[in-house]
Amino acid sequence: MLKLDFRSDPSMLCVVRGAIERLTEVTGFSAADSRSITRAVDEAITNIMRHSYKNHPGKEIVLQVLRLKPSARPDRGDGLVFLLCDRGPAVDPAKMQGRPLDEIKPGGLGLHFIRQSMDIVEFKRARGGNLLRLVKYLQPAAQPEAGKRREALADLGPTNR
Amino acid sequence: MQISARRIDNITIFDVIGDIDLANSPEVRKALLKELRESRVPRVVMNMSRVRYIDSSGVASLVEGLKASRDVGSRFILFGLSPSAREVLQLSRLLKIFEVYEDEAQAIA
Repeated sequence: MLKLDFRSDPSMLCVVRGAIERLTEVTGFSAADSRSITRAVDEAITNIMRHSYKNHPGKEIVLQVLRLKPSARPDRGDGLVFLLCDRGPAVDPAKMQGRPLDEIKPGGLGLHFIRQSMDIVEFKRARGGNLLRLVKYLQPAAQPEAGKRREALADLGPTNR
Repeated sequence: MQISARRIDNITIFDVIGDIDLANSPEVRKALLKELRESRVPRVVMNMSRVRYIDSSGVASLVEGLKASRDVGSRFILFGLSPSAREVLQLSRLLKIFEVYEDEAQAIA
């Protein structure tokens, strides 16, 4: 559906947010879901800029958005897949941990926002780069699915963002 | 993003226009900490009514402002939160930590 190839310049964040917000709206997501998805993608890109590229501008980031086939999960219907690729070094899992939210301190919230927003969050090292895959279904999960979602997140281990 | 300050009695009000994200959150942080730590203003108020989006780095700047206000015994107040900004503070369980009002009249009362 969409492919954006841009540099690790923070001024690009608002450009990407604008594109994702419009795309999710035309795909049929609610206004609240659209904000939530946009926030997740924005935080993921921010993580790449800060942690993978260590605030160096001019590094390549590629975002692809694909439409999920309804047949992939008939119970959840349509959805969107967001693939984020960067060419930074392998991420140190110890530095990619979220923090307990009962602590009042700055930082460490981006990963939490991503997990809250998306149905699937997968991270892997591939072809000399980092690949983050985020999935959001149009249909909310039925109650029994919540457990499966937790398992999916748990499978990621410490390397997810 | 634009940030400007105005003074009403012993209150500094920051009017912020635009999104707060990685590109400009250091500017917000710097302005807040200067007013709280150096100027020691008794009450610092953030007008968020024209902030449509704030990311985790922006929230971190607000948390630093809150901590600085507690250190110096000032009040740090937010008003006019957009749905997105309110959601972010709720998600990070910070909405009840900040002093938040609907509008400027309440914030400076």
